[in-house]
Amino acid sequence: MTRTARRIRHTRRTLQVAGAGAAALLALSACSSSDDSSSTTSDSSASGSSDKLSGTVTVFAAASLKESFTTLGEKFEKEHPGTKVTFSFGGSDSLAASITGGAPADVFASASPKTMKIVTDAGDASGTPATFVRNKLEIATLPGNPHKISSLKDLTGSGLKVVLCDKEVPCGAAAEKALDAGRLKLTPVSYEQDVKAALTKVELKEADAAVVYKTDVHAAGDKVEGVEFPESDDAVNDYPIVRLKSAQNTEGAEAFLALVRSAEGQQVLTEAGFLKP
Amino acid sequence: MTSPTGTSDAAADTLRGGPRRRRRRARTTGGGSGNSGVPLPLLVPALLGLAFLVVPLVALLVRAPWRSLPDLLTSAEVWQALQLSLVCATAATAVSLVIGVPLAWLLARVEFPGRGLVRALVTLPLVLPPVVGGVALLMALGRNGIVGKWLDSWFGITLPFTTAGVVVAEAFVAMPFLVISVEGTLRAADPRFEEAAATLGASRFTAFRRVTLPLIAPGIAAGAVLAWARALGEFGATITFAGNFPGRTQTMPLSVYLALQSDPEAAIALSLVLLAVSVAVLAGLRDRWMTTG
Repeated sequence: MTRTARRIRHTRRTLQVAGAGAAALLALSACSSSDDSSSTTSDSSASGSSDKLSGTVTVFAAASLKESFTTLGEKFEKEHPGTKVTFSFGGSDSLAASITGGAPADVFASASPKTMKIVTDAGDASGTPATFVRNKLEIATLPGNPHKISSLKDLTGSGLKVVLCDKEVPCGAAAEKALDAGRLKLTPVSYEQDVKAALTKVELKEADAAVVYKTDVHAAGDKVEGVEFPESDDAVNDYPIVRLKSAQNTEGAEAFLALVRSAEGQQVLTEAGFLKP
Repeated sequence: MTSPTGTSDAAADTLRGGPRRRRRRARTTGGGSGNSGVPLPLLVPALLGLAFLVVPLVALLVRAPWRSLPDLLTSAEVWQALQLSLVCATAATAVSLVIGVPLAWLLARVEFPGRGLVRALVTLPLVLPPVVGGVALLMALGRNGIVGKWLDSWFGITLPFTTAGVVVAEAFVAMPFLVISVEGTLRAADPRFEEAAATLGASRFTAFRRVTLPLIAPGIAAGAVLAWARALGEFGATITFAGNFPGRTQTMPLSVYLALQSDPEAAIALSLVLLAVSVAVLAGLRDRWMTTG
């Protein structure tokens, strides 16, 4: 299956490169030689906006990064006129699976080192992934906290409809870790496929509470109420980011990575509730 | 609104008359020599189309982890998911039969204003993305939905995150297949039989029960098979409306999807099971009901 997928990706890449014209081709081949060392060199070029950038940068990012990365993408397009950043947000594990399956992407930002490892193990990453933010869990419950939830233990009480992320997804793995740390046993009504799906169930009042990221509670505004819990300290998620080997827009990808790690990018991310790495 | 009827006839036809027709054609053209009559501009795309549909299934077989297959398939979770899938798909088909056949009869036999619109509404879930169907179901039957709110406060019934919720989601997506199939058969059936029954003193309901129903049985069977197959493969509406919990709402398609994230081999193995079940059911029903119809 992978072979076919790779062949398809190859054809698509050839077509796109051909379509981009000779100038773009030259630019691409010029920078493709600086494969692994580029992560350090590009930092300098990030602040002084290089006006040579063009084309589309395709970013696959964890669902929890949706709001902050969308903001950063708009910033990027403004700083580099003529470029376009397209995002695919989803569960880190399904994104990793589509990348190893041959999906055309330039940058991958995942919500856990474990899901990033799927990509690096498959040899699809270019260079070593760097942690750019960290995220903590929080309980999202209904506005006004009608069930008076104040700790993770409160969720284990009967009669409450709690949704968790599936264990394969980083937020689910982190929730499991936190529950283990508190020696708690929690039976949810559903294991959702990503963090946003879990949050939505609370936003729609179908579930009474969900264990999601602090950033998701932040993004949901007053549709949910956040409850912090001490066990979350044992389950802080590192978010690694990397440029992919199959990147069609190497320069654009590096510039986007630099923006994410710049002071400006970090400010956007911390405002969304992320912790500094 | 001729298209739904046409589609259903075609669908019922493929299930009912496919093999017979092929046999007849084989007899008249005398086997393999018939190829000379097929124009190349039709043959090439036709073979391409065939390959397009068959190659992915072959790939599934080629890449299947045959050696570890017994271990993967004998795990308790797989059986749990398969059992749940079969039970839910069958229940959804039963629900569709009970309320779908009368609906099809209404559309085919009773003249009322806005019938075209009603038929369009009935077929809408057919073209609607299933996830949208799931969201719509949450808005209607969720704990906070416009109907679900009352279900909860009057009877204490909440459908999301329950096995009943899976049945509801599957029936919502699968019932239109049954309705348009049965309606097509009803339109093709001669209404004079019912009229004759009426002149002999049968009430309209008796005529439906004793005359119409046996007459359209093959169409109902074909529709039920289509609906069952659609329900078995349902993913989007189910995960959106009923969530995902092993043994309660995690059907086979959901476990295939989640297994693909971490363990592609397990996902392939699970897919094979679904493929085998689908093929077995189609083949079995085709021999028993479809060819005699």
